[in-house]
Amino acid sequence: MQLFVDGIFLGSIYALFAIGFTLVFGILDRLNLAHAAVFSAGALVGIEVVTRWGLSIWLAIPIVFALGALLGVLIERIAFRPLAGRHDAHFAGLISSIAFGAIILSVLQALYGADTRRFPADAFPSTRLEFLGATFSLLQLMILVISVGLMVVLTWVVAKSKLGRGMRTIAENPHAAAVLGLNVGRISSMTFAISSALGAVAGVLFTLNVNAANLGIGHAVELKALAVIILGGLGSLPGALIGGLILGLAEVYAVNTVGSSWRDMVAFGLLFLVLIIRPQGIFGARKVREV
Amino acid sequence: MSSRHLSAIAGGSLLLLALAACSTTPPAGDDAEAGGLVGTGTGAECSIESEVPIAAAFSLTGAAAQYGSSQKNALEMAVDDLNEVGGVTYALTVEDDATDPQQAIQVFDGFISSGASVIIGPTLSNTAKQTNPIAQEAGVPVLGVSNTAAGITEIGDYIFRDSLTEDAVIPQTVAAAVEEFGLEKVVVMYSNDDAFTESGYQAFAAALEDEGVEVIETLTFSKTDTDFRALLDKAKQSDPDALVVSALIEAAVPLVTQAREIGIDAPIIGGNGFNSPALISGAGEAAEGVIVGAAWNSASENEQNVAFIEAYTERFDGAPDQFAAQAYAGMQIVDEAVRANCSGEREDIKAGLGGITGLPTVLGDVSINENRDAEHEALVQVVEGGKFAILD
Repeated sequence: MQLFVDGIFLGSIYALFAIGFTLVFGILDRLNLAHAAVFSAGALVGIEVVTRWGLSIWLAIPIVFALGALLGVLIERIAFRPLAGRHDAHFAGLISSIAFGAIILSVLQALYGADTRRFPADAFPSTRLEFLGATFSLLQLMILVISVGLMVVLTWVVAKSKLGRGMRTIAENPHAAAVLGLNVGRISSMTFAISSALGAVAGVLFTLNVNAANLGIGHAVELKALAVIILGGLGSLPGALIGGLILGLAEVYAVNTVGSSWRDMVAFGLLFLVLIIRPQGIFGARKVREV
Repeated sequence: MSSRHLSAIAGGSLLLLALAACSTTPPAGDDAEAGGLVGTGTGAECSIESEVPIAAAFSLTGAAAQYGSSQKNALEMAVDDLNEVGGVTYALTVEDDATDPQQAIQVFDGFISSGASVIIGPTLSNTAKQTNPIAQEAGVPVLGVSNTAAGITEIGDYIFRDSLTEDAVIPQTVAAAVEEFGLEKVVVMYSNDDAFTESGYQAFAAALEDEGVEVIETLTFSKTDTDFRALLDKAKQSDPDALVVSALIEAAVPLVTQAREIGIDAPIIGGNGFNSPALISGAGEAAEGVIVGAAWNSASENEQNVAFIEAYTERFDGAPDQFAAQAYAGMQIVDEAVRANCSGEREDIKAGLGGITGLPTVLGDVSINENRDAEHEALVQVVEGGKFAILD
């Protein structure tokens, strides 16, 4: 039981990262590789806010959310929008987002240095909970609840809201969307803002959970999150959640049955297995282009 | 006053050692300029006319700047102290390698062509691997005072160091922990994608075998990992007497925190990566009871060390760290090597460094072994009340 619980909580971290990631990746069809840098920025700025200004974690999270949203808008404006008209906008955007991420990391390094930093020990209540013989922390539970909640809310937003319809229209055909009178720039900005705000908050929660933050934490999770997105199905928010949980469980069981050295091999092997059986991912719909 | 006291200790101990080496005839210098570097007399009686040029390359800026600045402070202090003893005068040049191997190579080239008798440094092992072959080729002795990676002194017979490697510290740590806690079975954890932690693991495994401790389980992780709960749960199930961990500080802090969080109360024995104040500031309460070996500890009662800490704190308005102590000891060792043959010539210093045996320094009694590595007693520390205390 403890193994199952560990796997679920590990997976919910991957899901938290992947949900923000896939919003832009899956819906707008843009791969924003600056997301990892936003994740690190959220963690480090959150620590700064709590330690330097002495604010409680509950105030720090909205501040980090706002910062993430701002970064999202900047990424969209600087790294993606100028390239939108190019025929290679996908790849050009991917590359320019790597560059933008590197800039964010350089600024962070200049501000905070390369050292590992962390929240003060009492930043978050260290309450332990017990469920069917397995123990976990209040924070881990909160991360799981937030991941599931986000998935539900965002799925609704994308499927039903005006913003969501706009997003999907833009993904399908930006020119047609503009002709229909949609404000393409504003909707893209909004999507990036939500995605990055979630990424930044994910950074804070991740750091609280493991008690360590440095410039590289985003990259450590990024690869797993990409795998999770592919596993769950591109652009599917429930897929990102389920994919995250599956990867988390796979890693934990791999450690406990096969051996810790084989963890990544088993976890990523599973990924390939799923893709052989279901190339579109667990929740992905087969894309059929009609002419 | 305190620094003079220290010099007196250094000088007095040199006198004793020097008696053993009094039959050496100083070879003539290779060129006219170097002629003044050969003196008369030996040991404490040694008198060299010219100043002996000592060069040091430390990382004064860049990622390792924090280490480099304490090395520079301590080395300057050591040179001042030794110059007061008389007979031999040292002229110290410290250059910044900017934590960049490329810049360090430039600095080394400069030192070699300007006639430095010996080079101290560089700060990081990675840099040393790039720079030391140049010095080896030019026949300039190098004394590393902070490099702990494997393969440094193997570069050649001109490369020495006074910084204890993990291979030297770990067996002493394990032996002390076994004695203290009567360990019978342990779980070993290490990151297997990093050369330093991997070699630390090898040393732990060998030491545990020597002590007859059973390793119930060996768990590996990646140096970029931060969530260790799954591994720790597995470790907890085997109910070990201690956790033995070889990890860098980035992984050590979350690992220790999470181990305590899931209820592992057994002692945690760490490798060199754990030997950092960041462990205590980062893991807080969870760090209590962590055991780690070190080449130096401020609480050591070694008489020279007590005097060194007092003098350093007074001069630089802050306590010295291990880097400072090893740099200070490095200059003590160089001084001994110079006086042994009473010569500031490169070849003579090289020979002198090889012959260091039981030299009292701020690190304790240092000997240089046949692999040109330092040997001295390590200090086994335990975190107690938010500080590294000495385990006894």
